[in-house]
Amino acid sequence: MKNMSLEKTKMPEQAPEIRNRNFTEVALGYTSEQAVEEAARCLGCKNQPCVAGCPVNVRIPEFIGKIADGDFTGAYDSIRETNALPAICGRVCPQETQCEQLCVRGKKGESVAIGRLERFAADFAMKNGVLDKEPPKIERNGKRAAIVGSGPAGLTCAGDLARLGYEVTVYEALHTPGGVLVYGIPEFRLPKALVRDEIGSIEKLGVKIETNMVIGRVLSLDELLETYDAVFIGSGAGLPSFMKIPGENCNGVFSANEFLTRVNLMKAYDRENAETPIVVGESVAVMGGGNVAMDAARCAKRLGAKNVTIVYRRGEKELPARLEEIHHAKEEGIEFMFLTAPVEIVGDENGWVKGMNCIRMELGEPDASGRRRPVVIEGSEFFLPVQTAIIAIGQTPNPLIARTTEGLSIQKWGGIIADEPTGKTSKARVYAGGDAVTGAATVILAMGAGKDAAKAIDEELKWSIELKK
Amino acid sequence: MFRITRKRALHETITLMEIEAPYIAKKAQPGQFVMLRVHEMGERIPLTIADPDAEKGTITLIFQNVGHTTEDLKSLDEGDCIRDIVGPLGKPTEYEGAKRAAIIGGGLGTAIAYPQARALHKIGVPVDVILGFRNKELIILEDEMSKNAEAVYIATDDGSNGRKGLVTDVLKERIEAGANYDLVIAIGPLIMMKFVCKLTKEYNLRTIVSMNPVMIDGTGMCGCCRVTVGGEMKFACVDGPDFDGHLVDFDEAMRRSRMYAEQEKAMMQLRHICKATGEVVG
Repeated sequence: MKNMSLEKTKMPEQAPEIRNRNFTEVALGYTSEQAVEEAARCLGCKNQPCVAGCPVNVRIPEFIGKIADGDFTGAYDSIRETNALPAICGRVCPQETQCEQLCVRGKKGESVAIGRLERFAADFAMKNGVLDKEPPKIERNGKRAAIVGSGPAGLTCAGDLARLGYEVTVYEALHTPGGVLVYGIPEFRLPKALVRDEIGSIEKLGVKIETNMVIGRVLSLDELLETYDAVFIGSGAGLPSFMKIPGENCNGVFSANEFLTRVNLMKAYDRENAETPIVVGESVAVMGGGNVAMDAARCAKRLGAKNVTIVYRRGEKELPARLEEIHHAKEEGIEFMFLTAPVEIVGDENGWVKGMNCIRMELGEPDASGRRRPVVIEGSEFFLPVQTAIIAIGQTPNPLIARTTEGLSIQKWGGIIADEPTGKTSKARVYAGGDAVTGAATVILAMGAGKDAAKAIDEELKWSIELKK
Repeated sequence: MFRITRKRALHETITLMEIEAPYIAKKAQPGQFVMLRVHEMGERIPLTIADPDAEKGTITLIFQNVGHTTEDLKSLDEGDCIRDIVGPLGKPTEYEGAKRAAIIGGGLGTAIAYPQARALHKIGVPVDVILGFRNKELIILEDEMSKNAEAVYIATDDGSNGRKGLVTDVLKERIEAGANYDLVIAIGPLIMMKFVCKLTKEYNLRTIVSMNPVMIDGTGMCGCCRVTVGGEMKFACVDGPDFDGHLVDFDEAMRRSRMYAEQEKAMMQLRHICKATGEVVG
């Protein structure tokens, strides 16, 4: 029987006043009963509008139908057909602007909780050893592909190519694979053990991951092309932007990348065991309004800051972060200061941050992004006392590969130029996708790009494979 | 994992390690560095590559135990493995056009200056080496330097090795004596590099310094290593670590280098307490 409730089945969460002191996961996931109950809200529409909203085209009604029938493993297998990282996507995808936005149930009431159900199926599979199963034997096609970067784009491309029979090696610059999934997104939103397991399931397909390999330094892209038939660049957007205001080099000023890398990748939150230090003052300001800003603010709160304020130059409606993240941040006691921009970071006599000179803004005409442009209100200067300032105003692609590779065209702002949807670059046999091409976007869009590139690489190379046969 | 093939104490606090790292050995050029992590929960720290050997597939690192990570590194023996090493990172040093160079090494900076002397010597640029140490016991790489230099001058703070004074005194003397340098490479403590640059600026003498700020990833990702050079923000890991010394804001760099001093002190104290009580520390 269909569940005609207008609201999603609630997912249990840690209480805000408890969770803002720990780094364990905020959302606790559905029980089997809750999952079945929610799955019964799906109408199983024939034309499947939700699937079109998914960058990797997960067969949503099919897997939800299986959950409704109690076939949780079947649901997981169905998702895995098109999505290599369901436990991750179930947690960090912006479903509200993708699959769930197109859900028929959302026209009157709330959409089906597709993300929560995906997460449930993936968690069930992990808890019940489904991932440990030997993968089906894949016939090798004798072709080799190299993937630069082990974030969402690279992992997806690697997984898809391995399934098609390619011998795939992923090169990761850091000591742990996962890219933004391990250095950027905090433990309380995406537990790292789970990232490890999902990466493990890709390795089971025969994908090799080499860590500590900075392509552009240890090996050049051209050297990769000597030994591989194709290369996919999924090196992300790792270069932090600064505000270019005085005082940014004061002690206590971090890029969000630095702050989050210390906390997440290096586990500075676990100071009893981890050796990487972090310094957080009593009052913290986070500049920016995206998911990265929310993550940094929520980490700062958990590390003991009393007052954490998001300082954003536009209004609340313009915040680019997911609604859920904004909601969680507010619940945890993060304050928001809208229509405000710092003009100078002020240091004390020892060069440590003691505050910021800020100005108030008002919204004018829409700019190129369609959002209303913030305009300075004259004479509105004020001083905001903080001891820590975190700059989360965006990241651009790391220029290392572009600088060290001949014949690879890039945009003025650093993005690699690649065809849509194939990811083909200006250099033969080289493909690119994810944040390295688009600038900072979402995990799922990067995965979609990795998937499309895998398909395009196969299209290009298939011909020669067939010829060989 | 990266195996240690040779370990030698250059001094009580300075250790030389030769490590198997074939990829890095093949590519490393003077001025470049590696990031390393001793164990699973360890910090990532940058260390300059002192001596790569492409044929053997090894790199040599020379380090001083100044903190908990270098202390852990020192505790490893030949045959042991270092968890992670990545490199070569940073831009290689550019010597373009140099006809006569002075290389200044301060303390451990001598280890980083050594490959520079060797590289210049190899391309036929005559080199004078000026080294500064606190005392005679701390002198390292004197013989190695001699093989690659016209002359090696050593100054010690306490005069225990003949010449008492600072590297800047020697450098000034040499310049005044008509040494005719057109390039100075200064590597050592920030305060030493600052004063070398102050001096060479008076003579309008091109000076390269090697910055060694706190880093995490070493690939341009975190911005932790930012340095102000000529009024602009630069990342030492990808824009450096070499910079035009006359443009570097050394005062800011010194301040930034102390950012985690208290944390480091606390961790060292914790270790010493634990050593005293005989407890095992992770």
